[in-house]
Amino acid sequence: MTVSTLLADLQLLTPELVLAVGAMALLLIGVYTKGEAKAAQRIMTLATALLVVTAGLSVWMAQGPGGTAFHGAFVLDSFAMYAKTVVYLAGAVALVLAGQYLRAEQLARFEYPVLVTLAVLGMSFMVSANDLITLYLGLELQSLALYVLAAFNRDSLRASEAGLKYFVLGALSSGLLLYGASLVYGFSGSTSFDAIAVAAAEGSQNLGLVFGLVFVVAGLAFKISAAPFHMWTPDVYEGAPTPVAAFFATAPKLAAMVLLARVLMEPFGPMTEQWQQITMVMAVLSMAFGSFGALMQSNIKRLMGYSSIGNMGYVLVGLSAGTALGLWSVLFYMTLYVIGVAGAFAVILSMRRSEGMVERIEDLAGLSQTRPALAWSMTALMFSIGGMPFMIGFFGKLFVFYAAVQAGLIWLVILAVIFSTISIAYYLRVIKVIWFDEPSGDFLPAPTGAAIISRIAALIAVSMPVVGIIIALVVNAGAGIGG
Amino acid sequence: MLGQLPILSAITFLPALGAVAILLLRALMRSEEGAVLDRNAKGIALFVTLFVFALSLVMLVEFDAGQAGFQFVESLPWLPALGISYKMGVDGISVLFVVLTAFLLPICILSSWKLEKRVADYMAAFLLLETLVIGVFCALDMFLFYIFFEGSLIPMFLIIGVWGGQNRIYAAFKFFLYTFLGSVLMLAAMIVMFTQVGTTDIEVLLAHPFARDLQTWLWLAFFASFAVKMPMWPVHTWLPDAHVQAPTAGSVILAGILLKLGGYGFLRFSIPMFPNASEFFAPMVFVLSIIAIVVTSLIAFRQTDIKKLIAYSSVAHMGFVTLGIFTMTELGVQGAIFQMLSHGVISAALFLCIGVIYDRFHTREISFYGGLVHKMPVYAAVFGLFAMANVGLPGTSGFIGEIMTMTGAFQVDPRVAAGAALGVIFSAVYMLVAYKKVVFGVITNPKLETATDLNAREWINLGVLAVLAVYFGFFSTPITDTTRASVDQLIQQYQSAQPVEAPVAATAAPAETAAH
Repeated sequence: MTVSTLLADLQLLTPELVLAVGAMALLLIGVYTKGEAKAAQRIMTLATALLVVTAGLSVWMAQGPGGTAFHGAFVLDSFAMYAKTVVYLAGAVALVLAGQYLRAEQLARFEYPVLVTLAVLGMSFMVSANDLITLYLGLELQSLALYVLAAFNRDSLRASEAGLKYFVLGALSSGLLLYGASLVYGFSGSTSFDAIAVAAAEGSQNLGLVFGLVFVVAGLAFKISAAPFHMWTPDVYEGAPTPVAAFFATAPKLAAMVLLARVLMEPFGPMTEQWQQITMVMAVLSMAFGSFGALMQSNIKRLMGYSSIGNMGYVLVGLSAGTALGLWSVLFYMTLYVIGVAGAFAVILSMRRSEGMVERIEDLAGLSQTRPALAWSMTALMFSIGGMPFMIGFFGKLFVFYAAVQAGLIWLVILAVIFSTISIAYYLRVIKVIWFDEPSGDFLPAPTGAAIISRIAALIAVSMPVVGIIIALVVNAGAGIGG
Repeated sequence: MLGQLPILSAITFLPALGAVAILLLRALMRSEEGAVLDRNAKGIALFVTLFVFALSLVMLVEFDAGQAGFQFVESLPWLPALGISYKMGVDGISVLFVVLTAFLLPICILSSWKLEKRVADYMAAFLLLETLVIGVFCALDMFLFYIFFEGSLIPMFLIIGVWGGQNRIYAAFKFFLYTFLGSVLMLAAMIVMFTQVGTTDIEVLLAHPFARDLQTWLWLAFFASFAVKMPMWPVHTWLPDAHVQAPTAGSVILAGILLKLGGYGFLRFSIPMFPNASEFFAPMVFVLSIIAIVVTSLIAFRQTDIKKLIAYSSVAHMGFVTLGIFTMTELGVQGAIFQMLSHGVISAALFLCIGVIYDRFHTREISFYGGLVHKMPVYAAVFGLFAMANVGLPGTSGFIGEIMTMTGAFQVDPRVAAGAALGVIFSAVYMLVAYKKVVFGVITNPKLETATDLNAREWINLGVLAVLAVYFGFFSTPITDTTRASVDQLIQQYQSAQPVEAPVAATAAPAETAAH
C-alpha cells in the first residue's frame, strides 16, 4: 500500500475521520474544562456542531463519485452517503433534544455527547460496511456506546436495568452475528461482500451459507428490534432517559436497517429466495407484536417502543420484495419514520410538570386546550407514524406496499393493511387523550430545542410536497446497490 | 370561460387556507381574548364557506352539461416515482356533489353559531373537512382520491369526539376503525391496479380492461370500503352511533355528504372499472339493499331516540341508492344520483330540525316531546315538510329519487322493485308516527311550555333547504340534465364490457324484439 493509495482511501473516510478525531478532541476538552456543568454545556454545543458539520461534509462528498477503500472493506456509494447524512442529522437532533433534559435531571456530564458522537461514528461505518469485519467493527462501536447511554442515569434502578438488559441481549445477538459470520466465511472463503456474493451465486442451496445467513440476519434483527428479537425494546425505551430513547429510536434503527438491507441485497442478493422467507416471517411477527402489544400500554415511551417494532415490520415488508424498488421503499420509510419519531419524542420531552417529567399517556389529557400548538403537532405526528393519508407517513406505507405487491407478495400486503388498522387504534388513543379528555394539569413551557424540533417535524409531516423531494433523494441513493 | 384558472384547486384548498388562518389567529392572540377569537373564527369560517359556495356556483354555470368527459382538468406531476400526479377534474356525476358540499357547509357553520366550546378548533375542523370532501369529488388520481377519502376521517373523528354527546368516544372510535378497515383493503386493491396498469390516472384506468378474475377481487376490496361508507347492511352499525353522538352540524355533514362518498365511489370506480364483477355481484347488492331498506326501516320504527331514527332512515335511503346504481339502467343510475342529492338536502334538514329542539331541551327522547305544534307552529310546519319529503311524498325531491330508482329496478327485476316499495311504506310508518308523537297531541310535559319558535338563523337554514326540497320535487331536470351525458357514457361503457354475456344476449335479443 503506497502513500498515495492510502491517502485516496482516507479521503473517502473524511466524515469518519472528522468524527473520530473530533470525539477524541471533545473528550480532551471535557477533561480539561473546569466545572462539570460548564464542560457538559460546552461539549454538548461542540458535538452538535461537529455532527452538523459532518452532515454538511457528507452532503458535499455526495457530489463526488464515491468508491471503495481498504481493498473493498469500506464502500462509499450513494446509498451509504444518503444514510450517513440522515444518521448525522438524527444524531445532531438527538443532542439538541438532550441538552435541557439532562441539565434538569442532574445528568449533564460531558461524556454524553461524546458517547453519542462515537455511536454515530459506529453507524457511519455500519452503513459503509462492505466486509464482515467492517460490519462487525462498526456494529460493536455503535453498540458499546449505546450500552453506556442506556444506563447513563446510573442511579436510577430502571435505567440500570434497561442498560443491563440491553447489554446482555445485545451481547447475545453479537454472538449470533459472529457465529453466522464465521459460518459464512467458512463456506464462502472470504469476508468480503463481493466474494460472498460470488459464492452465494454459485451455491445458493449451500446449507452452510444459509445457516450463516440466518444467524447474521438474527443478529441484525436484534438491532432493528424486529420480532422475535424485539423483547428489549419496550423495556429499554421506558427505562433509559428519554433523550436516549429518542436517539435509540432514530439513528441506530436507520443505520441497522440500512446495513441489513445491504447485507441482504449485496452479498446475499443471489439467495433472495432463502432470506425472503425469514424477512417475511419477521415482518408479520413484528407487525403483530407491535400492534397488539401497544394497545394496552399506558406509558408513552413503551408505546413508542411497540410502535417502533410494528413499524420495522412494515419496513421488512418492503425489504422482503428483494427488488430495487423495495430498497427505495426501505430508505424512504425509514427517513419518514425518523422524522416522525424525532418529533414525537420532542413532544414527550416537553411533558414536564413542576414535579418533574411525566410519561403516562394520560398526562397528555386536554393538551389541545392547554397547549394547542403542541397538541396539533402531536396529532400530526401520531397520524404520520400511523400512516394516515394527508400525512407524509402514508406515503412510506404506500411505497412499501407497492414494492411488495410488485414482487407478488399480495398476501403479505393484505396482512400488513389489517395490522395497520389495529395499530391505528393506539395512535388514535393518544389523539383521544389529547383532544377528548379534559385537562388534568398544564405542562411547563417546553424546552426550546424540543419545541422547535416538534414543530418542524410536524410541519414536515403535513407538507406533502416534501414527499417528492425525499423520494427523489431516495431513488438517487438506492441506485447505488441492489438490483 | 374561466380560461386556465385552477377553479377546482381554489374550491378545494380555500377552506384549508381558512383553517390555517383561524389556527394562526389563535396562535397570535392572547388567551384572554377568547370571545374575540371565537367571533373571528366564526366570521372567517362563514365567509370562506360562502365564498367557496359562490365559486362552486360559478363552476356550475361554466360547466358544459353536454359533455360526458372531465372538465376543468388540472394536472401537475407530483410523485413520478410512485406514478402519483396531482390531477383534478369534474364530470356530470361529481360536479353536483361539489356544489352540494359547498352548499351545506355554510349551513353547518350557521347552525353552530351558538357554540361556545373550543370554537376555533371546531371551525378549523369543519373547514379542513370541506377541503377533504371536495377533494374526494374532484380527484382524478386514484391515490389522490384515497388521500382525500381517508383523510376526511381525521376531522370527522375530532368533530364527533370533541363536540359530541355522552358516549362520543366510543362512537368516534367505531366510526374511525370501521371505515379505516374498509379503506385499507381498497388501498391494497389500488396498489394492485397500479402495478397492473402502471398509472394512477383515473381517466386511463377507466379505459383499462381488467382481467375478469382480478376484477372480482378488486371489486370486493373496493366494496369493503364503499359499503362501510354508504353504509350498507350489515356494516351500517357505526352510523347510528356516530349520528347520535355527533353535534348537529356533524350529523348534517355526515348524512348530507360523507355518506355520498360511498355511492360516488361505486359510480367512479366499481361500475366503470370492474363492469364484469359489478354485473356478477349485482344480485348480491340488490339483496343487501332490500334488506337494508326493509330491516333498517323496521329498526327505525322501534327507536326512542329521534336522531337514531333519522340515522336508520338514512341507511334505508342509501339502500335505494345502491339499488339504483347496480340496476345499471339510465333511470336507475340517474335516480341514485338524484336520491343522493335529495337525501343530502332532506337528511341535513331533518338533523337541523332535531338540532332545533335539542338546543332548546337538550334531549332527543321522542317521549319527552309531544304537542310542539301549539308552541312552535312554524317549526311544526317545516319539520312536517321534511318528514314528508323523507317519506317520499310526491312534490318533494324524495319522491323523484325513489320513483326513479324503483322504476330502474323494475326494468331489471320486478321483485327487487317490490322489495324496495315495501320500504317506502315502512318509511311512512316510522316517520309519520315519530312526527305525530313529537309535534301533535296536547302538551303533557310542562318543560315544553317555554318553547320558542324558530329564530332567524334557523329560519334561513331550514327555509333554504325547504325551497330546494320542494323545487327539485317539481323540477328534476336541472339535476338530471347535468348528469345525463356522464351517466349515459357510464352505462354504455358498462354494457360494452359484457362480452361474456354475448352469446346469451344474442339468443335472447331476437326473442325480445319479436315480442315487441
